[in-house]
Amino acid sequence: MLSQRFVETCVGLFLIAAIAALLVLAFKVSGLTSFFTREGYNVTAQFDDIGQLKLRAAIKIGGVRVGEVSDIRLDPTSYRAVVTLHINSDVKDIPDDSSVAILTAGLLGDNYIEITPMYSSTFLKDGSQINDTKSAMILEKLIGQFMFKLGNDSNASNKATTKETTK
Amino acid sequence: MLNQVSMLGRFGIELVRDYGKAGLLLYQAIVRVPNFRKGFPLVLQRVYSEGVLSLTIIIVSSLFIGMVVALQGYNTLAKFGASSALGPLVALSVVRELGPVVTALLFAGRAGSAMAAEIGLMKATEQLSSMEMMAVNPLQRVIAPRLWGGFISMPLLTLIFNITAVYGAYLVGVKWLGVDAGAFWSNMQASVDFRTDIMNGIYKSVVFGFVVSWISVYQGYFATPTSAGIANATTRAVVYSSLAILGLDFVLTAMMIGGW
Repeated sequence: MLSQRFVETCVGLFLIAAIAALLVLAFKVSGLTSFFTREGYNVTAQFDDIGQLKLRAAIKIGGVRVGEVSDIRLDPTSYRAVVTLHINSDVKDIPDDSSVAILTAGLLGDNYIEITPMYSSTFLKDGSQINDTKSAMILEKLIGQFMFKLGNDSNASNKATTKETTK
Repeated sequence: MLNQVSMLGRFGIELVRDYGKAGLLLYQAIVRVPNFRKGFPLVLQRVYSEGVLSLTIIIVSSLFIGMVVALQGYNTLAKFGASSALGPLVALSVVRELGPVVTALLFAGRAGSAMAAEIGLMKATEQLSSMEMMAVNPLQRVIAPRLWGGFISMPLLTLIFNITAVYGAYLVGVKWLGVDAGAFWSNMQASVDFRTDIMNGIYKSVVFGFVVSWISVYQGYFATPTSAGIANATTRAVVYSSLAILGLDFVLTAMMIGGW
């Protein structure tokens, strides 16, 4: 029969190991940076089309992560997507005429929001809205436009060649 | 013809009676005013023999499972030039499926069989009835700590299984096959979500721990008190637990992916 003290020590170590494993899973494997949202301020932006943008997508300035998307809604009157950007409080001085664009990481990667700072001397604050927005590029639409243009071009050149031959 | 019908009926009645007995056993063992001063040391003993002593088999098998998944995944992914997706592949498959299920299967084989055999032998040697003679309720003295022990140990074992499996994949993928360490971890972090992936895996393991210890305890408690009866009970404990784990895993996964 093992002493109760030995058993208790072993179970305690087991518990500590499991909790350490949970912490490693949380921070190293799932990249959970914080259980609570970081201090920051919210800025809204309206987009015609947000593509595959998801909640908690990254917001970047010059490629550096400065916040995350905290809310996506549809504006019921204008039918545009209203995206709320949660920007960390250590990034304070973003000019209020900056432009936001929805970009894609790599060819098939996730969407993220890039803020391009401009030159105004007044800065974004909690609740302000960014007006200069660029919608997400959607591959299907681009291909559609390209095909349409290609079709028109070949028609035009066909007409040109037929004209020349008739001359 | 009528004989067959009545056999079917008898089978059905037996089945329902078994479920009823299992439910009553669970109810009588668990539902009561908790007595922490007496119960806690007993539960601790069971966590030791079911959880701590299972650590070796869990760690060794998870290390190998992680390494094998990494090796297989790398071979397939490299064909598409996507070997940087090795991290997400391993982490998602381990955290969502392999971790809870394989831990539960090993737990059923390592601890469930021992539980069933121990309780069956206690019954065969009339230790349970002598406890009743001494006005000690065997359900609370013997059964309840084992149920709680399995219930507590399984999620903890699963957490440790997950970590060692990911580490095994890291050893093979990064150290041996030369996947970039930064891509391995950052892609993993980008695609594994704490709530939907890791927590759901842990919920699964809680359910499995409960089911495995319940089935094992039931089989032991109602074993025929002979050597053949105990052998049968042990076998049934492992077989039924494994089937229950795999079946429940499908149901739980369907619920989790379907968003409840």
